Amino acid sequence: MKRFAVICSALLFVGSLAAAMLELAPAAIDLRGPVAAHLAASGVSHPVTAVLLNYRGYDTLLEIAVLLLALLAILAVVGEPGAARPAPAHPVLQTLARLATPLMIVVAVYLLWAGAFRPGGAFQAGAVLAAAGVLLHLAGLLPGWQTPRLRLRLGLAGGFALFLAVAGGLLAQGTLLQYPPALAGGLILLIESGLTLSLALTLAGLFLFLSRDEVAP
Amino acid sequence: MTLAFDLLLALALLWSAWRTLAAPRLDRAIVLFIAFGLLMALAWARLAAPDIGLAEAAIGAGLTGALLLDAYGVLQRRRDRP
Repeated sequence: MKRFAVICSALLFVGSLAAAMLELAPAAIDLRGPVAAHLAASGVSHPVTAVLLNYRGYDTLLEIAVLLLALLAILAVVGEPGAARPAPAHPVLQTLARLATPLMIVVAVYLLWAGAFRPGGAFQAGAVLAAAGVLLHLAGLLPGWQTPRLRLRLGLAGGFALFLAVAGGLLAQGTLLQYPPALAGGLILLIESGLTLSLALTLAGLFLFLSRDEVAP
Repeated sequence: MTLAFDLLLALALLWSAWRTLAAPRLDRAIVLFIAFGLLMALAWARLAAPDIGLAEAAIGAGLTGALLLDAYGVLQRRRDRP
């Protein structure tokens, strides 16, 4: 009886959700026209990248800050354990990881470059680089990370700092993150390169700082 | 043809989501979650949003899956060694 009531109410909920979806009012404002109209001045030819890095640049700036804060919180939570030696994996897996890593780096650079004119960009490139780091760690080729030293700290904060420096430099013109159209393409590529490196280190850090826990005894 | 593919994709998404929640063993649930993430990436690509599809495949399925598997491994070792 109870199960029957649960199934009935769940079906009712699904039905009302579907009905709401079908009766969805059209969006009050349509931004596709303005986005397409100003694409030439944005420095890139892919609308998603133009929105992320140019029209709504400060959203991306704050997103990077949030990711950095999340990593800082993780660093604060995991204390100060001893060095973690990863258990050496099967030789086949190690060889595969060694072969796959250069390919993943090439794919990441391609995604970064392709972001200007087709789907891709800093987030995807950073995620692929981070995945390469995690793969190397799982294969036992890359030890887990200790408390970050200066070089790693610079790498982690570099993308955000670069983005902030560009924003601060452009503040002289009066508006935050309003690129001059002639320089927009180069500035976006510069910011995205920094972001790719920092995002890769941050995302890999989520894994490598946490996984320094006990390994096989 | 594409309609059949879309219907199949939608069904597979619902089925894998249900199996993920209902799987009795944690390791199976994690692997099913990764499969669900990859199907979700395909669905985003079919919805003409390849940017989100790429991010979903790399972060949603890849990195989250690896983190979950790592957490599962730590839990297993703690259980084996009280």
